[in-house]
Amino acid sequence: MRNRLWLWVPLALFAFFAGLAGYTLTQEKEQFVASTMVGQPLPDFALPAAFGGLPGAAKADLTGGKARLLNIWASWCLPCIAEAPMLDALKNQGVEIVGIAIRDRPEDVANFLGRYGNPYSRIGSDKISEVQLAIGSSGVPETFVIDAKGVIRYQHIGDIRDSDVPKLLAELEKAR
Amino acid sequence: MSAEIGLAALWLAAALAVLQMVSGAFALNAAPGVVNSLAIYARPAAVVQAVLAVLAFAMLLWAFAITDLSLKLVATNSHSMKPLIYKLSGTWGNHEGSMLLWVGVLAASGGILAIFEKRLPERTMGAALAVQGFVALGFYAFLLLSSNPFERLPVPAAEGNGLNPLLQDIGLAIHPPTLYAGYVGLSVAFSLAMGALMTREVNPSFARVMRPWVLGAWVLLTLGITAGSYWAYYELGWGGWWFWDPVENASLMPWLAATALMHSVSVLAARDALRTWTIMLGVLAFSMSMLGTFLVRSGVLTSVHAFAVDPERGAFILGLLGLYIGGALTIFALRAGDIAEGKRFAVFSREGALVFNNVMLSAILAIVLLGTLYPLLTEAFGVRVSVGPPYFNPASAIFVVPMLLVMAVGPLLRWKSDKPARLQFELALIAALAIGGIALVSFFGQFPLLPLLGLGLAAALAVAAVLPLRGRQLGRVPVATWGMVIAHFGIAVSLFGMACEGAFSQERLAAIAPGGTEQIGDFTFTLESVTPVAGPNWTAMEAQLAVREDGGAPVILTPQARTFWSPPQSTSESALLTKWNGQLYAVIGNQAEDGRWQIRVWWKPFVTFIWYGGILVALGGVLAIAGRVKVDVRRRRAVVLGDRRRADLEALGVSAPVPAE
Repeated sequence: MRNRLWLWVPLALFAFFAGLAGYTLTQEKEQFVASTMVGQPLPDFALPAAFGGLPGAAKADLTGGKARLLNIWASWCLPCIAEAPMLDALKNQGVEIVGIAIRDRPEDVANFLGRYGNPYSRIGSDKISEVQLAIGSSGVPETFVIDAKGVIRYQHIGDIRDSDVPKLLAELEKAR
Repeated sequence: MSAEIGLAALWLAAALAVLQMVSGAFALNAAPGVVNSLAIYARPAAVVQAVLAVLAFAMLLWAFAITDLSLKLVATNSHSMKPLIYKLSGTWGNHEGSMLLWVGVLAASGGILAIFEKRLPERTMGAALAVQGFVALGFYAFLLLSSNPFERLPVPAAEGNGLNPLLQDIGLAIHPPTLYAGYVGLSVAFSLAMGALMTREVNPSFARVMRPWVLGAWVLLTLGITAGSYWAYYELGWGGWWFWDPVENASLMPWLAATALMHSVSVLAARDALRTWTIMLGVLAFSMSMLGTFLVRSGVLTSVHAFAVDPERGAFILGLLGLYIGGALTIFALRAGDIAEGKRFAVFSREGALVFNNVMLSAILAIVLLGTLYPLLTEAFGVRVSVGPPYFNPASAIFVVPMLLVMAVGPLLRWKSDKPARLQFELALIAALAIGGIALVSFFGQFPLLPLLGLGLAAALAVAAVLPLRGRQLGRVPVATWGMVIAHFGIAVSLFGMACEGAFSQERLAAIAPGGTEQIGDFTFTLESVTPVAGPNWTAMEAQLAVREDGGAPVILTPQARTFWSPPQSTSESALLTKWNGQLYAVIGNQAEDGRWQIRVWWKPFVTFIWYGGILVALGGVLAIAGRVKVDVRRRRAVVLGDRRRADLEALGVSAPVPAE
């Protein structure tokens, strides 16, 4: 008679793996790269206008007076469409939003704003992601809270959802 | 409209999978030799389901071809300005599309099995089709409930969001479908193994039915891994050809299991031994395919091959995995003990060698599996680690080296039992070549241990591979034997390439101003200029490198640093100069502040042999299939003739001889 116990070994090994994988899946995983620039002053930059309708953006436009939002976006980015209504809502609450359009073309920017609304006071055109990388953003869209002194106070990665609006408003209040 | 057709086809296919599963299961509820009348729907259901699943995939392909931006999947993964071939390959360059391709191939292979396989008893066949339907059903559910590829956007997008630029490559356009076809070919082996296990009919005729599926899947996996390795080699721009990345391991593990299965199923077919072991490997091979899919798609492991990840989907696939692998292993544990023991054999015999190598392959599989899952284990305790070549190379070599030695001798042995004395000449020759090769190479310089062993083994193996042909009339050697010889020779060729790359590669990293010249090996290269170039959806800095071998005529190499703009991402396009005896591999890096460019050049002797070897191995597999099919057709014809003659004899009232199995 052969010993039948070994026939259960594969199942036991698999059960161990399944339990482990199940446990790992339920754990939160850090998917985003947080910027080390939070708490630091904005780097120097001066970007040309992204299209004819609004002026370009420079560091000077983000310092002085009040806290502002700096929104990194692009007309080719789908989540940016999703967050457009939330940016509009923030603008309607009196928030000034400066945009930086990444690797974009003037006609596409104009087209996007015509279709999904324009919450921006100025939009700089960052053709080679130079400013994006300098402030520690790894993708689009990302939104930064910049305080009155031009210091980066808070980074929001990904599209802004309904539930993110109060948090951003609170951060703006703190940065005043 | 096409998307709705595709979605409807998918739902209908899922419904037919239920029919196939239930009807197939009724086949078990019949006495041997009798066909349950409810079981007759399984085959047609499998065929129509295959047609519907393929139709669904064709509809998605069409949506990508015309860049239908009202589809969420197209808008997220494609772009109207992408070349057509990459629009099409974008269909399977994303999660939903690749899963649809997965079930498409699964259903198609189920359909082919249902149409052509008439040799097995109906009970086993019904059970196998039921299992196949059950597996398909789970993946239909996964697609329809959590990864619907045909989801529409409320508002059509203005423009698509591109495709991962790393995936915009012709090699990668072909790579996943090849690999998937291989993965899923193993699903048939799995279904057949489960069917035979349930009916307890694990015998040589079952093995002969299973063998072409295993061989076919194995050939495709071999090609897929070879192509994937070459892709990583020239596309990632790091100069290596295997990174032990989770995604690479995910394709290697089913290959290891399939290699073991292929050999053990041959022993079962020829000698009626290794019954339980073959069933176990049948379950294991497909489990590794599903595990690979899970690891790649769930995002539990981090990989250089970026795929969209989603924990919820990961949980779904894990659930399916638990159901299928857990279920199969439970049935195995309950039933395998009832399978009658196969024929016995001596340790020193062909079977003995095959068993040894099966165990070695399984050990390598365990090593790779452990290394791949280890980060998962430590992450559960909050530590992130990355397991790399320092673990994989030596740990797997412990088993690869004895395996290759036995592989050199195994094909020379006789079935059942043999004596070492009979093979004195061959054994001495193999040992002399291995030791001589190592001694010769060490004489010329200091080299790392593993490449050194590899060179010696490659020499021994190359000769040992053709030894089975010694003293035979070449014209009368069976096609399948040629297949074995070529595949084993291919392993030697590939090993030679790997060892040369490991032992003799030269690397030169230099910052060069335009006009500057550097030297590597027998080559000098001059940076003539660096110019911006533009492609359909990227811009790049392209270097013109004039390469001269021994001061001969220059060849221009043009490595590029590419920047894609949708989504923004940078890639390094290597430039290769292929010689018969190796490759010159050049990449361009960043520009330094003083205007000089970083240029990195490798000379890799015989590196191409790695992939030539892979192609030879696959060719061997193709010949083995061709040979088996030929023998099979001849055997069937002989059976028909024999039956006719027996019927004639019985009609004459003479007792007919009983055929031997």
